[in-house]
Amino acid sequence: MTDQTIPVAIKPASGARAAPGNPLKRFFQATEIDTRLLGMVVAMLLIWLGFHVLSDGLFLTSRNLWNLSVQAASVSVMATGMVLVIVTRNIDLSVGSILGFVGMIMAVTQTKFLPAWLGYDHPMTWILALSVGIVLGAAIGAFQGAIIAFLNVPSFIVTLGGLLVWRGAAWMVTSGATVAPMDTKFRLMGGGADGSIGATASWIVGIIACVFIVLSILHSRKQRKRFGFPLKPIWAEFFVGIASCGIVLGAVKVLNSYYMPVNLARRYAEENGIAWPENGLDIPLGIAIPVLIALSIAIGMNFLTNRTRFGRYVFAIGGNPEAAELAGIKTRWVTVRLFALMGALCAIAAAISTARLNAATNAQGTLDELYTIAAAVIGGTSLAGGVGTIAGAVLGALVMQSLNSGMVLLGMDAPLQSIVIGMVLVLAVWLDTIYRARAR
Amino acid sequence: MTQDKTPLVEMRDVSISFGGIHAVDGASVDLFPGEVVALLGHNGAGKSTLIKILSGAYRRDSGEILINGEAADINNPRDAKKYGIETIYQTLAVADNVDAAANLYLGRELRTPWGTLDDVAMEAKAREVMGRLNPNFQRFKEPVKALSGGQRQSVAIARAILFDARILIMDEPTAALGPQETAQVGELITQLKREGIGIFLISHDIHDVFDLADRVFVMKNGRVVGHARTQDVTKDEVLGMIILGKVPPGATAGPGAMQMA
Repeated sequence: MTDQTIPVAIKPASGARAAPGNPLKRFFQATEIDTRLLGMVVAMLLIWLGFHVLSDGLFLTSRNLWNLSVQAASVSVMATGMVLVIVTRNIDLSVGSILGFVGMIMAVTQTKFLPAWLGYDHPMTWILALSVGIVLGAAIGAFQGAIIAFLNVPSFIVTLGGLLVWRGAAWMVTSGATVAPMDTKFRLMGGGADGSIGATASWIVGIIACVFIVLSILHSRKQRKRFGFPLKPIWAEFFVGIASCGIVLGAVKVLNSYYMPVNLARRYAEENGIAWPENGLDIPLGIAIPVLIALSIAIGMNFLTNRTRFGRYVFAIGGNPEAAELAGIKTRWVTVRLFALMGALCAIAAAISTARLNAATNAQGTLDELYTIAAAVIGGTSLAGGVGTIAGAVLGALVMQSLNSGMVLLGMDAPLQSIVIGMVLVLAVWLDTIYRARAR
Repeated sequence: MTQDKTPLVEMRDVSISFGGIHAVDGASVDLFPGEVVALLGHNGAGKSTLIKILSGAYRRDSGEILINGEAADINNPRDAKKYGIETIYQTLAVADNVDAAANLYLGRELRTPWGTLDDVAMEAKAREVMGRLNPNFQRFKEPVKALSGGQRQSVAIARAILFDARILIMDEPTAALGPQETAQVGELITQLKREGIGIFLISHDIHDVFDLADRVFVMKNGRVVGHARTQDVTKDEVLGMIILGKVPPGATAGPGAMQMA
């Protein structure tokens, strides 16, 4: 997505290095790169490098990065919705509990109700279970949203109540018993050796993404020409196009260089009738399905944010709720729809995490609300409302997960991990405050 | 001469109260096509409240609103827009964090055949309208909060004229502006008048609006003191209406007029 119509349009002074009119500033102006987002990417790369050095080269391996991408998927899905919730000056503290409850219902649906009706391992089981989850999640969200919008109860309170209610509800479904295992097809949403699409398909996905990047650059250029707006310089278009495609293909390359562990590869070879060579077999896993889901959600949510009325209204409400109401926007309905959307995203995140664990427990998603909010906030979402981007939230989720896995790799104690994450959260928001003050 | 025609807007005996306080008490005002009516009064006289009833921001407790002689049912801002009523608020009701084009089209976005926002078309139209209004305006890509008060005001006015308003309500239209921008707004009002648009100007400062207005209505303590054609009264007489509620010979007294002892 090259256009940035609403969320971040301020051209910043780009830190201390950039004096007015110097080449660096002109470069950012011509390419219209969001320097804030770029700063986040750089910060994340620094974190990665730091862990890589500290862990004696364990962090920047295709295996760790592959795992990182899978582990970040669930929170990233919810963070894309949380951005919009926070943009409208609301908060949703109930996402972790909704994840737990909906995950439990999906698990019971596919292990108890559907088998009784369709038999075990029916091809429709996963899609039915997922649909039940999404509808339920959206209904819970809409219910909470309606209380917030029409009964004027602050979202903090409504969702704080939801945090307790849905966690309790998750326990009541099975009186606290863990439900396992999941349907085999449903399990694919959790990743793993089976839940990855393999090397060839990964390359195809990467190439399709590149085609879309090029097409969107061409389209935006055509549109600007049609109305006689100033065009970006050709070199800037090429730079953005090549850099974006390079990042996409590079990521595919990394994910494709993580091979199946030996015993899995051996089983795979046996199942597919491939002779087992003397020195082993390198079968690339490719992009994991949960990562594909998270990326599709991010692209969809980005589209929703920048290209639809709903997205525009969300930002207008965040900027000035009174003006939005006076402009004739049905602000209450936007709130209800937004919370319903958030609930549906929780359901998708629940599907990913129950599938990955191959079980639903009543503690699933505990503290996820805080990770989700932290991801959105680290990604530049302002709690004062009106400001935030989907890409930032996804990056925020990646940063949070990088810190988590990095510290696990270093063998840090769990309490120390929480202390570090807490401090990073505050530090990130402080840096963002400084950045915004400069940009003004 | 306009008095023979049907008024564009007629508000009859409109009242609203907030927690026992009669913010507007039995007020009646009217407005004819191509006419500028100034609504004057102190802060808290009820003029902004009265006009917010017309623009749908508040719902009246009693009374009726007639548009072109027909009873109009205005319960929210969307209803008001259906009758061609556009409001420019004192508080500059713009969404701070989106750009000028997004503000112009807020609530009525242009869409492509696929139902997505047509930002380019909106920006093109915004450039056209803003170019007519304020040729110096160039900052189309920035959030409105980065703009000066005058620029924000021109965005608000452009928003109203973009949708072919028939009735324009301007609440303290020049309060936030410098002299040059004030003159611009004056020219704009004259231009809109020629197009047959009826305009309500609301102000607590008579000097802002006296020269622009054809008629004045004066409010005090939620009631209409009286109304007059600006050619029949002097500024000092109108000031007397505002401050004392004293109705001069050239004006028609309303329910809020000072009772002569």
